[in-house]
Amino acid sequence: MSWFALDTWIVLVGSACAVACALPGSFLVLRGMSLMGDAISHAVLPGLALAFLLTGSRASLPMFLGAAAIGILTAVLTQWIRRWGRLESGASMGIVFTTLFALGLILIVRGADRVDLDPSCVLYGALEFTPLDTVSVPGVGVPVPRALVVLASVALFNLLVLAAFFKEFRITSFDPEMADTLGIRSGLFHYLLMILTAVTVVAAFEAVGSVIVIALLIVPAATAHLLTDRLVPLLVLASLLGIASAGLGHLLAITVPPLFGFADTSTAGMMAAATGLLFLATWILAPRHGLLARRYRGRHREAAGPGSAEDPFHRGA
Amino acid sequence: MTGVVGPPPAALSPALENLLRVLALLDYNTRLVVLTTALLGLASGLVGTFLLLRRRSLMGDALSHATLPGVGLAFLLAVAAGSSGKSLPVLLLGAAVTGLLGTLLVLLIRNHSRLKDDAAMGIVLGVSFGVGIAVLGVAQDAGGSAAGLEGFIYGKTASLVRSDLFLLAGTAFLVLACVLALRKEFTLLCFDEAFGSARGFPARRLDALLLTLATLVTIAGLQAVGLILVVAFLILPAAAARFWTHRVGPMLGLAAGIGALSGWSGASVSALFGRLPAGAVIVLAASCFFTVSLFFGRARGLAYRWYQHRLFERKMDRQHFLRAAYECLEGCYGRDHRGGLPPNRPLPVRTLRANRGWSEAEWRRMLRQARREDHLERVDRGHLLLSEAGYGEAARVVRNHRLWELFLMKHAAIAASHVHRDADAVEHLLSPEMVDELERELDRRDIPGSPHPLPTAGAEARADPPALPR
Repeated sequence: MSWFALDTWIVLVGSACAVACALPGSFLVLRGMSLMGDAISHAVLPGLALAFLLTGSRASLPMFLGAAAIGILTAVLTQWIRRWGRLESGASMGIVFTTLFALGLILIVRGADRVDLDPSCVLYGALEFTPLDTVSVPGVGVPVPRALVVLASVALFNLLVLAAFFKEFRITSFDPEMADTLGIRSGLFHYLLMILTAVTVVAAFEAVGSVIVIALLIVPAATAHLLTDRLVPLLVLASLLGIASAGLGHLLAITVPPLFGFADTSTAGMMAAATGLLFLATWILAPRHGLLARRYRGRHREAAGPGSAEDPFHRGA
Repeated sequence: MTGVVGPPPAALSPALENLLRVLALLDYNTRLVVLTTALLGLASGLVGTFLLLRRRSLMGDALSHATLPGVGLAFLLAVAAGSSGKSLPVLLLGAAVTGLLGTLLVLLIRNHSRLKDDAAMGIVLGVSFGVGIAVLGVAQDAGGSAAGLEGFIYGKTASLVRSDLFLLAGTAFLVLACVLALRKEFTLLCFDEAFGSARGFPARRLDALLLTLATLVTIAGLQAVGLILVVAFLILPAAAARFWTHRVGPMLGLAAGIGALSGWSGASVSALFGRLPAGAVIVLAASCFFTVSLFFGRARGLAYRWYQHRLFERKMDRQHFLRAAYECLEGCYGRDHRGGLPPNRPLPVRTLRANRGWSEAEWRRMLRQARREDHLERVDRGHLLLSEAGYGEAARVVRNHRLWELFLMKHAAIAASHVHRDADAVEHLLSPEMVDELERELDRRDIPGSPHPLPTAGAEARADPPALPR
């Protein structure tokens, strides 16, 4: 194994993606809408196809706008079907994204004469090739991958929006009724979060592919949720876990397959797998909400008799 | 001569003939595709119904992504064992193994951590998708013949073969048999798991069986419509059926029917128009069924609920108008005309509308409705006269209202001055049976007088202190 500047850039791009995803992702997990990232990443297909058919180019901006518009549409339609059709949010999400995905496939196939849009390329992304597409940033000596600039800006944008409305996001996530009585419009912030999610997913999607986005959005946040009960540590931990997954994932991608005699494999896929490994370790070992801790406490409580032990779910009550 | 008779009739017939051929299932390939997708629709409609009722609709999504590493690993193992790696049963077996593992993992995370269903499904989905892509990346280097593996993601509906049909027929038969045999148990699992466990039903095993059936349908469907679109098949028919009925049995039948119908119509349309991906067309057909059901479903559809709401609003308007008129009659002419009833004479509109917060538009709407329902005899020179039917209905409405007021005062110990508001909220919902019961309970056959002063009873009633019954 040998490590080049290229590998550093890949890990940096992955880390920027991890931070950009962890911020809205933590709120998605808290709100019970973990699968929104998956839904949006599939649903944007018609947006990409339409943008391409209308402008005839694969320039990033029209594609980004088309996908972001469809991403927001997905969130709005999901909310409508859930509210007016009285279906659970999972079902309404599934209805919207599968329908949009089917529409996208048809658009791509019908326009295939003019479209050079490979659906598999859209789905898999190409994290490995991001260092080849560089731009020069003033103040930095070396050319920087475009994906890194895009993802770092998205992360910064998410951070700014969340910091500006932190109080509102926190209260609408934990107690929407309370927020409404305080005059904070929970619906508005729901849609704002959805817009953040859509923009993040689409930007990351365009830069590094959807595989990694779906995992980085949810898994680090869920892992951090096992480690802390407070919101700010949750956000920080989720970002750090995401960055760790990016590094570990790339390391695994270039070391594991050679052990079995294969060439290296998809870094994006391995980063997603790394988030899974970190989750597994945390799930077993976490100090308070981990499997071992729960098991130990269960024994302890049985030995001490009912009512004497600390109940993990009602500590504050 | 014959050359000028116009365009030869054969100009239209190829398209028409094509249509007939497709609809009559004359082509072997069309017949195969239509049958296969219809069977898939039937099976996924049945399983999807229970998944929807258990709020696990996106389980299919997590599951179908979890099959991906299995496909790649099975391919790698097969190559390592020396075969070409493209043997379908081996790949499907791999998919089934990791699919079931994914299901198990979702259940474990959900039951043994503080994370909820959606996060558990998200974790399994995201990670197994990543692992799948990584394994497929390795497989691509390994064999070189792995190109067809992506067919699992997009499906290959147009090139289904006979063995696919047999696979789906077997799956559909198994699902149908399980659902028919265990309908009661699955229903109990969906609606009251705790009660089921308490009664000794093996809830966990039933849950596992249900998810196994879902896995089977997903894997069989991967071939027909692809990884992402099989998710749609598990959700759309069941969600569409939900708008037509409140009962599980009919919902199962409807979901299976809608699923089969979407499979049939989608496959037919894609056979008619070349270059349409069949899987996507089938999903769009199912989406159309869903949209129609969302609006026009007989049990929960938007149009139906809107109509019910309108009916109820009209009933409320009618009852408010008639009770106001009756109370006004009592206030103007007293209630000693014939056995406790006020006489039906012309009423001054101004007295009627005094103390009621009706806007001009509301008042006109009520008048229009009363006229349409023959509750009004005439309106002229600021006076209004109820018809015989209107008078009778008014007496009935007032009686229900006051019976409920007396009941509240007697049994709920609510003060007479507060009882009106509560009765106002309930009176529109009183069924004839409940009124009978109230009559028996209170032992009243007549129309009781109002227990509190009436707002339209005139100036003298408001000037006097209210006479509370003791």
